[in-house]
Amino acid sequence: MVHPERFAALFNLSHPGHFISWGVLQVSYGNAVVIVLMVVAFVAALLLPFPGHRDKGGR
Amino acid sequence: MTDPRIERQWTTRLRKRVEGTFPPEKVLPDTQPSYVASWIYVFGVLTLAALVMVIATGCALAIMGPTWWHVSGLGHYINSTHLWSVEVFFFAMVIHLWGKYFMAAWRGGRSMTWMTGAVTFLTSIGAAFTGYLSQTNFDSQWIATQAKDGINATGAGSVFNVLNLGQMLMWHIVLLPLVALGLTAVHVILVRKRGVVPPFADVPEGVVA
Ligand code: HEM
Repeated sequence: MVHPERFAALFNLSHPGHFISWGVLQVSYGNAVVIVLMVVAFVAALLLPFPGHRDKGGR
Repeated sequence: MTDPRIERQWTTRLRKRVEGTFPPEKVLPDTQPSYVASWIYVFGVLTLAALVMVIATGCALAIMGPTWWHVSGLGHYINSTHLWSVEVFFFAMVIHLWGKYFMAAWRGGRSMTWMTGAVTFLTSIGAAFTGYLSQTNFDSQWIATQAKDGINATGAGSVFNVLNLGQMLMWHIVLLPLVALGLTAVHVILVRKRGVVPPFADVPEGVVA
């Protein structure tokens, strides 16, 4: 038996969205969170060492 | 002996051209330059993997139909997998794009790699938007009525009618996926053809990259 209400409790979407407004720019909280996560993943991809790679005599 | 008539055949000419441009060791190489050992290079393949999931789950939705994805547990699950694969697809594609932008990966005759990527991005946005219109629920109806005034104001409404579910569904499951998949294939083949772009410092002196 599937009980969707169990998952529905996690995020209540039954209200108008929340928005960040900055001059002419307007972005929903949800989209802003995704953009921040993308920047975090981008920076992490540049900084984290790549596993299994033997750097021969470099850096 | 080479018969000039055989040399002139388009099958012969095409085969020689493909052999010259794509020798097997270039299409499926054993090794890559050491600078490719970075997480940033994973995002192209991650985008590709997400695209495979999008297509696979989309095919399941097409086979079973709306009554299935609206009411059954498995249908809901596959519907959600379709949506979340799209989320991963765009997430990975944008990071891939940022990576390639800061590497200026269009250098050295790779402009078509960049351009096919950029056009795939635009096509994918169209595919996502027509996907929202293809849900067959109150959401899709509301989105269509919100979108129609904007589209009509551009004059495109006579040929691209967002209120026409049949038309939007066809764009979503036939035309746009065909274009996106075709462009993605060309994109990846171009990467194989040119090889990975060298870092800025590795470009030899005097070479206009
Ligand atoms: C369907 C979407 C896309 C897929 C599946 C895809 C896939 C790939 C893959 C697998 C690679 C090789 C591995 C790598 O370098 O990450 C690659 C390279 C590349 N991609 Fe994409 N990509 C997509 C979208 C884009 C977009 C939106 C752009 C930029 C506008 C772009 C620009 C490039 C460039 C310039 C390269 C060549 C990198 C080099 O030569 O080193 N791609 N892509």
